[in-house]
Amino acid sequence: MTKQQPLLEVKNLKKYFPIKSGILKRTTGNVQAVENVSIDVYEGETLGVVGESGCGKSTFGRTVLGLEPLTAGTITFRGQEVGGFPYRQLKKFKKEMQMIFQDPYASLNPRQRVGDTLEEAFIIHTDLPKQERQQRVRELLVEVGLKEEYYERYPHEFSGGQRQRIGIARAIALNPSLIVCDEAVSALDVSVQAQIIKLLKRLQQSHQLTYLFISHDLGVVRHVCDRVLVMYLGATAELASSDQLYSNPLHPYTRALLSAIPRPIPGKKRERIRLQGDLPNPADYPQGCPFHTRCPLATEQCAKERPEWREIEQGHFVACHEV
Amino acid sequence: MDKLLQVDNLVTQFRTAEGKLSAVRGISFSVEKGETLCIVGESGCGKSITSLSIMGLLPSNGEIAEGSITFEGEVLTKKKEEELRQLRGNKMSMIFQEPMTALNPVFTVGYQLREPLVLHQHMTKRQATDKAVDLLEQVGIPDPKKRLKQFPHELSGGMRQRVMIAIALACNPSLLIADEPTTALDVTIQAQILDLIADLKRKMDMGVVFVTHDMGVVAEIADRVMVMYAGEVVEIGEVKEIFNNPQHPYTKGLLASVPNVDDEHHTLESIPGSLPNLNETIEGCRFHPRCPLATDRCKREDPPIFDVMETHQSKCWLQEVNVHDKAATSS
Repeated sequence: MTKQQPLLEVKNLKKYFPIKSGILKRTTGNVQAVENVSIDVYEGETLGVVGESGCGKSTFGRTVLGLEPLTAGTITFRGQEVGGFPYRQLKKFKKEMQMIFQDPYASLNPRQRVGDTLEEAFIIHTDLPKQERQQRVRELLVEVGLKEEYYERYPHEFSGGQRQRIGIARAIALNPSLIVCDEAVSALDVSVQAQIIKLLKRLQQSHQLTYLFISHDLGVVRHVCDRVLVMYLGATAELASSDQLYSNPLHPYTRALLSAIPRPIPGKKRERIRLQGDLPNPADYPQGCPFHTRCPLATEQCAKERPEWREIEQGHFVACHEV
Repeated sequence: MDKLLQVDNLVTQFRTAEGKLSAVRGISFSVEKGETLCIVGESGCGKSITSLSIMGLLPSNGEIAEGSITFEGEVLTKKKEEELRQLRGNKMSMIFQEPMTALNPVFTVGYQLREPLVLHQHMTKRQATDKAVDLLEQVGIPDPKKRLKQFPHELSGGMRQRVMIAIALACNPSLLIADEPTTALDVTIQAQILDLIADLKRKMDMGVVFVTHDMGVVAEIADRVMVMYAGEVVEIGEVKEIFNNPQHPYTKGLLASVPNVDDEHHTLESIPGSLPNLNETIEGCRFHPRCPLATDRCKREDPPIFDVMETHQSKCWLQEVNVHDKAATSS
C-alpha cells in the first residue's frame, strides 16, 4: 500500500465505562472496554475487526463514530480531529461516517414507513424539497436491490435480508466515506448473508466506500477484508493484511482463534489449539499481557509487562513478547 | 445397528389466525445408537420444530397432525403427557441454544442439576449432590463444588452451556437432541463444547440429533446429514456424500454460500430470494422459485424422494434423470 494520508487515524484510544456503586454512586472501578488502540484506516479499504464477544470491537466502532464519548486518545478524520467534540460541531462529520447495525429490525422504527425512515437523513442534512427527497429515497431502494413500491411499507413486512438492505440504504443515503459495519451479516442465514456481502462489495466500488467491518465470523472477514485487526480484551493483538494473517498468524491468540473455526470439510482432522477457560472480566483487567491468563506460551515476563505493539514485517503488527 | 429413533411422515401444524399452517411437512428419518444426525437448513425451515416434536415440547398452538415417532420401540405420538414426562430428561434430553433462557435464574446450578436425578432416578439429596459434582467434572467445569452453589448469572456463556449439557446428561439418556447449542458462543468456546459432546457421545453410546445452520460444525461432528428446506427434507445422506457429492440444488447452494477460511480466491455464491412464508402455497417443488435449474415440471409436480445411493436420498426431479441414466448405462 502506498503511503497516503489515512482517512481515519486512531491514536491510543481508550474507552472506559465507570462502575458506580454505593449510595453516593462513586466510581469504584472501570470496565476497560477499549484499551489503547491505535490504527490508521486508508481510503477505499475494508478493515476487519475480529475478536470474541466482549473484546471491545463494537465499542471501538461506536467510539470511532462518536456514539460513545472517548476516555482518552485522539480520532482524526481527514486530518481533522473529531474525537471528544459535542454533537453540533460534529454534524458535518456525521454525514461522512455511518453505521450498519447487526439487527436491522431493532434499528428501524416499526411505526414508520421505511420510506419515511430513509427520508429523515435528507431532512436533517440537506435542503432538498420534498419531492426530490422522495425521489432520492426511491433511487436508494432500487440501488440496494429492493423495489420502489417498498417506500410505503413498514419494517415488519420485510424479511431479515431485506431489512438489512434497508439498513444499508439508510447508511449510504448521504454518500458517506466511512461505514462501520457492526456484525452486519451475522444475524443472517448463509444464503442471504452471501447476497448482502455481494451488495456491500458492489456499493464499495460504486460509492468509493471505506468499511470498518466488525465481525466475529473469521470466514466472512477473510472474504470481505483487505486488512484485519484482531482484538483481545479491548487491546490490539495483531494487525496484518488478510493474506498474511490467515497464512501466517503470529499472535498465539490469532492462531488459537483460526484453529477453532470448524471447516466445512468432513473427516478433516485438524490440530486445534485449545484455549483454557474464558475471557477474563474486563472490569478486573489482568496485569501484563491481557492474554497471558489463557496463553499456552505465557512466561513470567508476560504476567508482568504489557507487550509492545511492534511491526514484525511490512504492515504486520503484533503485540506479544514471544514472537 | 439398532434403530433408536424412527420418525415417519411427521407433519407438525400450528393453529394461527390465518388457519392451520404446516411447519413440518411429512418428513421421515431415523437415528441409530451412537450416531450423530445433523439437521441443517436456514432459519424457519422447520428444523427446531422437528426437534421439539420429538421431545413433545411443542408450543400450545402446535400439534403433530400426522405421522409417528418411535423411540426405543415405543410410539411417542400415542403417549400421554405424563408418560412423556417420564422419558424427558431421563431417556431423552435436549440442549437449547440460549443457556441463559433455558436455565432457571432463581435456582442454583446445584438445585437444577439434582432435580432430574431426584425425580427420575429417585436418588436422595446427598447422592444427587455427589453425582452432580461428578457431572460437572465430566463436562470440564473447574471447582464443581463451588459452582453448585452459584446461580446461572454468575457463570459465563460457555460455563452455562456446560451446565446445560451436564443436566441433559444427568440420567444417561440414550438420545440427546441439541438445538443449535453453540450458535451463541464464540469459536474458541464452541470448539470446547463440540469436543465435549463428541467425547461424551462416544463414552455413553448416545444417539445425537444436532440441529445447526453452520456447515463447518456439521462437517466436524455429523455421521449423517439431513438438509431441510421449507418444512421438507430435501436431501439426506452420509456426511461425506453430502459434502463431496451434493445432489439437490439447495444443498449445493447452501455449501457454496459458506465463506471459506482457507481459500481466499473462493467465490461466494448466493441463493437468490429468501425462504417462503409458511402460509404461501407453492405448486410443485417448494424450492423451484429459488432454484437455478427449475424446469416446467418442477413448477407443476412435487418431486418424490429418489435414491442417489442406498445411503443417500435427494428430493429433486433432476435425480430421476440421473437414476434413469444409470439404469440405461448399466443395462
